[in-house]
Amino acid sequence: MSTPSALERVRDVDRLGVDPPYDYPEYVGTRLRHPKEPLVLLPHTLSELTGPLLGERRLGELDHDLTRQHAGEPLGERITVSGRVLGSDGRPVGGQLIEIWQANAAGRYRHAVDTHDAPLDPNFTGAGRCLTDENGAYRFVTVKPGAYPWRNHHNAWRPAHIHFSLFGRAIPDRLVTQMYFPGDPLFPFDPIFNSIRDERARERLVSCFELERTEPEWSLGFRFDIVLGARDATPLEEPHDD
Amino acid sequence: MTERTALPAPSQTSGPFLSIGLLDGYVGASLVSEDDPRAIRIRGRLLDGNGDPVPDGLVEIWQANAAGRYAHPEDARDDIPLEEEFVGFGRSGTVEDGWFEFVTVKPGRVPALDGGQQAPHLVVTVFARGLLKHLVTRLYFPDEVDANAEDPVLLGLEPDERETLVARVADGELRFDIVLQGVDQTTFFAV
Repeated sequence: MSTPSALERVRDVDRLGVDPPYDYPEYVGTRLRHPKEPLVLLPHTLSELTGPLLGERRLGELDHDLTRQHAGEPLGERITVSGRVLGSDGRPVGGQLIEIWQANAAGRYRHAVDTHDAPLDPNFTGAGRCLTDENGAYRFVTVKPGAYPWRNHHNAWRPAHIHFSLFGRAIPDRLVTQMYFPGDPLFPFDPIFNSIRDERARERLVSCFELERTEPEWSLGFRFDIVLGARDATPLEEPHDD
Repeated sequence: MTERTALPAPSQTSGPFLSIGLLDGYVGASLVSEDDPRAIRIRGRLLDGNGDPVPDGLVEIWQANAAGRYAHPEDARDDIPLEEEFVGFGRSGTVEDGWFEFVTVKPGRVPALDGGQQAPHLVVTVFARGLLKHLVTRLYFPDEVDANAEDPVLLGLEPDERETLVARVADGELRFDIVLQGVDQTTFFAV
């Protein structure tokens, strides 16, 4: 029963592109939270060709520096995370709000629900934001987050990561993701990281250590470039039968 | 290296601690003042496949202003006025037993692809632990019977799907529950 103008349906597994699926049983939290009905393909109207542009909003002078938001300095390895935000056309996305949040160096979030037996740091909130410049460039100063256990399965530990939120130019660009650190020994065991089936796509979320971005006697430098858009328009592999 | 640069960054879950970064008040849930005579209140619950509330989620809305203009350069219809204070974007956590809440105005109608007009609607985006990527849906208004009856998106859906996208009136507010899974699942879009 469909009307003549029925919108097309698509199974999530048939449109993944670089993205993970909604249904990924190894990540237990998905089991009751993934939609089981096919998605409705929405032709892009003005509502989808637009989206929030928050580049005009005011930022605090130290919003990008998570090590200077309290009376003292947080413990941990001081790092910078910097890079560029680009559209899928390769053009820089300037004036783009980037929001980040993360655990402290001991692997503990400043959040009532985090019960991991690791110390909070009175000098670390773990939230930051900044705007990209006209070249799409951004930079945060923070400490390297610790790994932490998360009870998804026996002895489950998340690789160290920083959460990123970006808007892009329009609704389809919206992205919330996680940045990882190179060579993390927890990668093979993490269902969230491995929910991205394509290895090249997973690598897009692993930052690079760069000596050029490392500041002598001060901080280690990690580069993390982010390409927005067209995540489901890049078929990387055949749809899975399993 | 070239290839690596061109590939978009994939999505990952916001996790259970998104409130640290996204709900510190920088973007609020009131798009207009509650004293605005046009103000409407939208409340709803985010529910999982067992019908249980999702207390660690985030709902975002994107909309045109009351005259039907998006605050975005892609909407170049200069004959329709922008409102300086109205960005058209809001954010609410679902911390209190899965409840989210917005204060906003009903948007005006915006163009459809067939040359007609869409019914007034909000673009609604959902994030939570357990969602490896966000979900996109729409909210339509129950008092827009005629506009809803000719909306190309609503017309492209089955009646039971359509029903999940139309808010209902309860106690002078609009109620709009978002159900992630199950017989009452909300209709979600691929954009």
